[in-house]
Amino acid sequence: MPLFSPWRADFPAIAALQRQGQTYLDNAATTQKPQALVDALSHYYTNGAANVHRAQHLPGAHATQAFEDSRLKAAHWLNAGDSGQIIFTHGATSALNLLAYGLEHECTAGDEIVISALEHHANLLPWQQLAQRRNLKLVVLPIDAQGVIDIEAAATLINPRTRLLAVSQLSNVLGTWQPLQRLLALAKAQGAMTVVDGSQGVVHGRHDVQALGCDFYVFSSHKLYGPEGLGVLYGRNDALPCLTHWQYGGEMVLTADYQHAKFRPAPLGFEAGTPPIASVIGLGATLDYLDSLDQHAVAEHEHALHRRLLEGLQQRDGIQVLGSPDVALVSFVVEGVHNADLAHLLTEQGIAVRAGHHCAMPLLKSLGLPGAIRASLALYNDSDDLINFFAALDQSLELLG
Amino acid sequence: MSLPEPAKIALDAFGGLKGWEQRARLLMQWGDQLSAFSESEKSDEHLVHGCESKVWLTGEISNGVWQFRASSDARLIRGLVALLLARVNGLSAEALQGIDLPEWFNQLGLGRQLSSSRSNGLNAVLQKMRQLTQA
Repeated sequence: MPLFSPWRADFPAIAALQRQGQTYLDNAATTQKPQALVDALSHYYTNGAANVHRAQHLPGAHATQAFEDSRLKAAHWLNAGDSGQIIFTHGATSALNLLAYGLEHECTAGDEIVISALEHHANLLPWQQLAQRRNLKLVVLPIDAQGVIDIEAAATLINPRTRLLAVSQLSNVLGTWQPLQRLLALAKAQGAMTVVDGSQGVVHGRHDVQALGCDFYVFSSHKLYGPEGLGVLYGRNDALPCLTHWQYGGEMVLTADYQHAKFRPAPLGFEAGTPPIASVIGLGATLDYLDSLDQHAVAEHEHALHRRLLEGLQQRDGIQVLGSPDVALVSFVVEGVHNADLAHLLTEQGIAVRAGHHCAMPLLKSLGLPGAIRASLALYNDSDDLINFFAALDQSLELLG
Repeated sequence: MSLPEPAKIALDAFGGLKGWEQRARLLMQWGDQLSAFSESEKSDEHLVHGCESKVWLTGEISNGVWQFRASSDARLIRGLVALLLARVNGLSAEALQGIDLPEWFNQLGLGRQLSSSRSNGLNAVLQKMRQLTQA
């Protein structure tokens, strides 16, 4: 039975890619954009760009209004309520670096930072480098065969020396939901700060930062059908005062003289320089669009597609799926076939998937793999995309066999 | 510039190809013709950094011209590397400096198949060849 996406036509690039013979299944890397976003960008640039939070003039007031509306929409998307603040950064990576520098003074030699074995480099390297700067111990939580953080091991590894826990909500390689509630509870019981990398998780289903109770939640706009160059950092009111200012300049300052300065609190104090104004306004339009969709229908469609992708791979001989993916993506390797060869032939046939280490080199190394192929789904994909993918896969394997 | 004999053969073979399947089959055939590297030859010293898949390279000079050997753990990469070897083996260090890698793969009709990461990888192989000739 075919699986249609009623939202496919809302994304003009999908039809354009189709005309170029391309089937786009690299959505965990970045997503196509809805017409609503394209319209918002076009409206902003054709009706008068202006800097925000500075000028008294009318274009400045309009831009600031639209910019701040987007902040409210991002808060609404995460159900932040008045529990915390939304800070706009230049990407999820930038947000995690802000945290690793802004929380540095909270850490003293011998403290421990806990991450997991499946972290994307963006949620590994900032903490690894912080640990090196401050002589901290970076503790890596192991994962089980399914690709889920081992909660029993976590219960012993998260201890009184743990200063901070930083983990992904949904793995970008294994497609597995992580046991956040229990991990966060373990960290909180030790008085540790908590950071959730929601870069993949935020794209699938709605999440509630108040229910999660994390101190910080990070996601990237471009993976959530929004513009690039924009990250969203939610900080809980209780945790934000721990964060020291990181980058300086622009409207983040309260008062300045030549030798001294005072800085604004969150959010503006952490948005140094001119922010990516158009991208922020564009994200607002994307969130309006996403908010207008039937969430249950989206989730059901994504699950049905994912099941079909997973089952199709499992039915084929010699294919090993990495972990037990819950949603969104499947990474796999084929016995006796180099992932670069398979990627090459899929590319030749117009299948856009990702091959390699997926910005998680230590994870792939720990699995003993030089790389893997990852097919990742979005709400605009349909069963024809999967038919194209499997036809190309079969052709490739026949050729390589 | 006159081409080495293997390069002419490569141009003939790849020039008349139609479709990705023919191209892929021929690439793999060319890759299969490369002499295999022993496990001891697959050393860090011979590894080319900057490739998606592992590529190993050795080279030696005799009578003023260079002969390289290379291999990869990926078959299609091995084919691309074989085509590079066909172009550069038997050249002097000086002639090697003048090789235009994108131009060579364009002549073969493979320019479009080279993603930027892949052509970066092949470029890394060429750079390592040049380093070997300067050492």
